[in-house]
Amino acid sequence: MFRGLTCILCPILERVLLEDVSMSVTSPAAGSPVAEVPEPKSPILTAPLINSFDYTRSLGPVLSRFALALRDGRIVGSKGSDGKVSVPPVEFDPVTGAQTTEIVDVSTVGTVTTWTWHDAPSPGQPLDKPFAWALIRLDGADTALLHAVSVDSPADMSTGLRVHAVFRAARAGRIDDIAYFAPGETPETAPANTGDEIKGAEEGRVVIKTPITTEITHSATEEESVYLDGLKKGKLIGTRIGSGVDAGRVYFPPRGVSPADGAPAVEHVELPDTGIVTTFCIVNVPFQGQKIKPPYVAAYVLLDGSDIPFLHLILDCEASDVRMGMRVKAVWLPEDQWEHSIGNISHFAPTGEPDADYETYKDHL
Amino acid sequence: MTLPPIAIIGFAHSPNVEGTHGTTNGVEMLIPCFDKLYAELGITRTDIEFWCSGSSDYLAGRAFSFISAIDSIGAVPPINESHVEMDGAWALYEAWVKIATGEVDLALAYGFGKPTAGNAEQTLALQTDPYTVAPLHPDARSLAALQARAGIDSGAWTEADMAEIGARTFGGSVDELLAADYVADPLRRHDIAPYTDAAAAVVIASERKARELVANPAFITGWDHRIDSPNFGARDLTVSPSTSLAADTAFGDSDRAVDVAEIHAPYSHQEIILRKALGLPDSVRINPSGGALKGNSLFSAGLQRIGYAAHEILSGNAETAVAHATSGPLLQQNMVVTLRGRNSGGQN
Repeated sequence: MFRGLTCILCPILERVLLEDVSMSVTSPAAGSPVAEVPEPKSPILTAPLINSFDYTRSLGPVLSRFALALRDGRIVGSKGSDGKVSVPPVEFDPVTGAQTTEIVDVSTVGTVTTWTWHDAPSPGQPLDKPFAWALIRLDGADTALLHAVSVDSPADMSTGLRVHAVFRAARAGRIDDIAYFAPGETPETAPANTGDEIKGAEEGRVVIKTPITTEITHSATEEESVYLDGLKKGKLIGTRIGSGVDAGRVYFPPRGVSPADGAPAVEHVELPDTGIVTTFCIVNVPFQGQKIKPPYVAAYVLLDGSDIPFLHLILDCEASDVRMGMRVKAVWLPEDQWEHSIGNISHFAPTGEPDADYETYKDHL
Repeated sequence: MTLPPIAIIGFAHSPNVEGTHGTTNGVEMLIPCFDKLYAELGITRTDIEFWCSGSSDYLAGRAFSFISAIDSIGAVPPINESHVEMDGAWALYEAWVKIATGEVDLALAYGFGKPTAGNAEQTLALQTDPYTVAPLHPDARSLAALQARAGIDSGAWTEADMAEIGARTFGGSVDELLAADYVADPLRRHDIAPYTDAAAAVVIASERKARELVANPAFITGWDHRIDSPNFGARDLTVSPSTSLAADTAFGDSDRAVDVAEIHAPYSHQEIILRKALGLPDSVRINPSGGALKGNSLFSAGLQRIGYAAHEILSGNAETAVAHATSGPLLQQNMVVTLRGRNSGGQN
């Protein structure tokens, strides 16, 4: 029954021959190791990808003391076996590797050992106007600390400049409790702390948060771009691999090469929005961000004419009624809501047709 | 140190470009490299017995991004594969060790990165000390500028010395280059490598396999990597003790007057530090490839240096070579590998 169905579907599989997806290599010069990268044949879709994360960091016994000193408007270092004082303190002796035990106070005044000028401050940096980055050796220390020096122009900076720490009022046990350094010999008393209580302060095991962000322009692959453009138009586009392990197989979502052996795809294939459930699971567990009330079914759907199932939802029936081999059809969002997303398909719903024979999909599990 | 005879036999890299159309998983840049190597060596992908890659999730912005790069290899039948979150040079080191164990005869190491997809200056800040430095978000080139000034102040080099390297790399005269404005005082445009996107691949083999596949393998005669303190405020930034140590191991007693050196220095003054730490005499040709100053291809620039050093031997332009790769802020970690051609094998 199902085998016959596959043939019936054949005429609607629109084939779009790709001009040339094989990756031809042209050497720029004889003997050159440069392997030219072919230009894409169709437009590449891009989108911003911004990841932000507040790392929670447990400081341990040595750096906790550094953090708590900053909170109190002081700066401490570690004294090594050779008598040298490291600021910031180090957790293990730089010479012997033994655990640091001796913490000593150093001055909040010090000397610039090297510097550079920074014209275009980024978010998160100590100052939001042009400033100098500097390594500063505090009086009483043998190593230098990185920080910002607030001056109006590079003409005000020099190696050997004497600077002092300027603390911010709200202090969290972080290096940026020092707002910046400013020229001048005279220590500046930190203002009364207006910061929240520091986690772990009482036990001397400080926990700090250090937010980080990466901003990336994410590019889709050439095949993903074709796929996403297709979805925007309500079309499901896959690729057929031409040779090798996957010869003749259709990938959905499409691939430029077979992930099995790297053999290139040779044509795009437009697929119908009908298929079968190969395997599935019933989601019973609630989780943050869940949009559907459990129990519901997440299933692998094998589109008719494709060889790789993909994950989607099966709704419009009781979760307990979903079966392997069940025939399903896509339920699309209204067209005016279509984006470059597989989310344009809200879910798949049973068609009521007879189930597919296990034999027809056993190789796709 | 006695090393089993192992040689580099092939090298390819995609162009170092300021903005590839490809993805951050490197597939588009890697496939042409692999195809070129298969064709040149007359092998197929199933002849490769071990694969090792170097790349970073921080550049891709997603976890396990290197897994997608496996698409460019194909993993059926199952492959023997590993990854390092470092420049591909360290992946090649792992491949070398793998061959040295006798487990495999032929391995391929690759590295890739698309730093232009993000803000590399800020992403690289995330590799600094997470407690006492990273919360300040220092730009990578600002840190390099601190190092450059330290050297100028100490008399170890001058801005003109730096401009000479810039002129060799980018063209122009020293005077012209010195007339330009500072980008990060005391660094000018010619002192700072532009971030570029690239992938690189190197094929490495046991002596038996190497001799079967190429006429003039680039035999590895020494290899070491060492690390300095991550606490760069405690270091003398004008020298690179870890490079010196690694070079002492890699060169052993052999002559440092090699024909060619490929040095991984994304800032002009770092080449001066490294050249000195490597103990290279003036006769050595430095960075005939243009070096990493021409393009800071994160996660493949170090592998490219080793590849280019080997390429000089493979193509008959050199008899001996040394390559250097670096990782971490301000030359924190350094690798040195020495190479020799002809039929001298690994016993040197």
